[in-house]
Amino acid sequence: MDVLIPILAAAVRSGTPVLYATLGEILTERSGVMNLGLEGIMLVGAFAGFSVTQSTGSPCAGLAAAFAAGVLVTLVHAFLCITMGANQVVSGLALAMFGGGMSAMLGRAHVGRTIKGLSPFKLPVLGDVPVIGPVFFNHDAMVYASYALVALLAFFIFKTRPGMNLRAVGESPRASDAMGLPVVRIRYLYTLLGGGLAGIAGGYLSVVYTQMWVEGMTAGRGWIAVALVIFSIWHPMRAALGCYLFGGIDALQMRMQAAGTSVPAPILLMLPYLMTLAVLTFISIRKRQGILLGAPASLGSPFRREERE
Amino acid sequence: MSPSEHKSVDSATSTPLVSMRGIDKIFFGSYANRGVDFDLMSGEVHALLGENGAGKTTLMNVLSGIYAPDAGSIALEGREVSFRSPRDAIESGIGMVHQHFMLIPVLTVWENMLLGMSGVPFVMKKNEIVERIRALSERYSLAADPEARVWTLSIGEQQRVEILKMLYRGTRVLILDEPTSVLTPQEVRDFFSALRIMTAAGHGIILISHKIDEVLSISDRLTVLRKGRRVDAVGASGVTREALAEMMVGRALKRVKRPEPSRGGETIMSCEGLRARNDRGVVSLRSVSFDLRAGEILGVAGVAGNGQGELCEALSGLRAIDAGLITFKGERVSGRTPREFIRRGVSYIPVDRKGVGLASNMNLRENVALKRYWKKPAAVRKIFMNWKYIDGLTGRLTDMYDVQANSLSSPVRALSGGNIQKLMLARELSEAPAVILAMHPVWGLDVGAAEFVHERIMEERARGSGIILVSEDLDELMEMSDRIMVMSGGTVMGMVERPGGVTKEEIGLMMAGETMEAAR
Repeated sequence: MDVLIPILAAAVRSGTPVLYATLGEILTERSGVMNLGLEGIMLVGAFAGFSVTQSTGSPCAGLAAAFAAGVLVTLVHAFLCITMGANQVVSGLALAMFGGGMSAMLGRAHVGRTIKGLSPFKLPVLGDVPVIGPVFFNHDAMVYASYALVALLAFFIFKTRPGMNLRAVGESPRASDAMGLPVVRIRYLYTLLGGGLAGIAGGYLSVVYTQMWVEGMTAGRGWIAVALVIFSIWHPMRAALGCYLFGGIDALQMRMQAAGTSVPAPILLMLPYLMTLAVLTFISIRKRQGILLGAPASLGSPFRREERE
Repeated sequence: MSPSEHKSVDSATSTPLVSMRGIDKIFFGSYANRGVDFDLMSGEVHALLGENGAGKTTLMNVLSGIYAPDAGSIALEGREVSFRSPRDAIESGIGMVHQHFMLIPVLTVWENMLLGMSGVPFVMKKNEIVERIRALSERYSLAADPEARVWTLSIGEQQRVEILKMLYRGTRVLILDEPTSVLTPQEVRDFFSALRIMTAAGHGIILISHKIDEVLSISDRLTVLRKGRRVDAVGASGVTREALAEMMVGRALKRVKRPEPSRGGETIMSCEGLRARNDRGVVSLRSVSFDLRAGEILGVAGVAGNGQGELCEALSGLRAIDAGLITFKGERVSGRTPREFIRRGVSYIPVDRKGVGLASNMNLRENVALKRYWKKPAAVRKIFMNWKYIDGLTGRLTDMYDVQANSLSSPVRALSGGNIQKLMLARELSEAPAVILAMHPVWGLDVGAAEFVHERIMEERARGSGIILVSEDLDELMEMSDRIMVMSGGTVMGMVERPGGVTKEEIGLMMAGETMEAAR
């Protein structure tokens, strides 16, 4: 047990940035818009978070900047896909590459510097519970905020009126429009919100998790978030499960490297991605058996009022 | 927020609930509505009768705020209004139930009711809402479980939910677009009595329909539209169906000659113990067995989605079967590719003309060639196409079926629905097919074109083709078929050997899942 606890605690920390991105993408996709640009948005968020924290000395300002940067970059995607009705896959892929390139260019001067980020603190009472305390309640504020966000979104999406509107728009924009819902406004709102959360995910990586800036530092976490959205069947609770699973494998492979196993490092580094592939395969099999119901029905298709089917 | 709490029934000679005057609606330079007047009194069922394309739905889309009229005025209880969106119309008490339901399948019934309504609290009080819906559905005898998810409901239930949704929003004017086309005769009866409860409570109901007998039995008044203009508005008592038909079509109707029932020739295609799944992997054909004879029309009756589509797909080789056997002239064909079916002369007219029947981005000649591009004379030495031959053929077909297109090289997408339909039929009925699988062959056609298609099908029957005719229009089935097979839930409920000897009611009971013995 004593060996496991640090690994599990590390799993939570490593899963947190992916969790923010996954939650954001769940909101976006629930409205019927697919954003494959997460990787790029996270990188822009990571850079914005790092540079603002460095110049202001405040990690909170850094994370706010990461959110804002995420919203700003996603605005391009939202405009192309929602207003112009462009192909969401192409636009998303373009955004992923653009974000990577732009953050690398702007961040060149910042490579190698370090900042002071958020530090962990033990939550009273909960932090003293054996096993659960050290695993879940001895982290930084952003980890705690992510717990709250998971519960909040699960409640929001399934129990509240705006949550119902969100689901309706993603399912059938035409029927939603006929019932008087502002389809375009709702899609913009959740696409931008999702982008902002992806920005925070990147910001968490640079400001809190590593406290430095490295080009391409997301290392595919944005893509993994996209896969985990499918794993989660668009449900925040299952998203948390998936993200900690990913975090666990990530933490494990780092331990194994540190312990100096004979397995070559590249193979260990591959583990989280292999797990993602395995999970997707598993889901596809279940889907073919008709056990899982699929994505929001209108996911990926643009909406124009005057167009008839 | 409160469900419909309407005032007492207006006194008899009050101003009309709705008064539309001189409505024009122009699409691409042609009039869909021209100078149409329409009145609805409270407490009446007013039918809007006309052929496909007569402008009925357009007129009602104007009334429900989806289209803005190009000329004319609308007044509600004497007060002039103008709507900019469906929301405006709903808030003024006008609700429309579209032919394609505006429901979100993954949401529950009560969630669908609230969608888009103003004044719903942030966190919804489910129990209160569910109670209110229960009361409403009891009052109007429109049964629906508020907590069920919409995708689990039958089409009839979904329709009731749509109507309840409008009543929940306090609708006084209810517009129903072809509401009975998805119901069995028994469901139609219940539906009509629910309408009577609504009119007794002071609602006004507008019923869009092209079925003369039906509107005569339920409505108080009728307005007939033809080619976008109002022909007349008459009281339902004291008008004959012949007079109405003439108003609708502009000429006396030819009665399709009921064929001498044919015993048919030898069995041309047969299936035994057929079992297949639909696209979602749910079993939707269960031990279906029957023989199709040469020279007969086998009608297939059933509410949409009870396995008819899967049956036709299986018989055309498009859908893999789980179990059973399909034979063509005694030879086993199940498990072969669709082309093997085509080679033997199986023609298939699917419901989804643009998606399955034709390639909508390709032009007319390419679509005509699609079914024969690999063989002579359309193909030359397996590589080249004989476009001269194909053009000639396409020209002959479009002339014969009166397909209106700018040119043979315009994409099929650019054609109107009726013309797409005619092109599809032209291709499938040419080349003397041995078997014709026709799903709703006259949907969306005007009366003249429908008559022509029925005649063509009769000719193929006389020539010796075995024909399966799937339709939801029982009148069409009873007029055309030599035998009628009734399907429900993917199984055959009964085979009616002589359509003359059975009533619509009996077929309706079988459509609802009764066996033939129980229905008689």
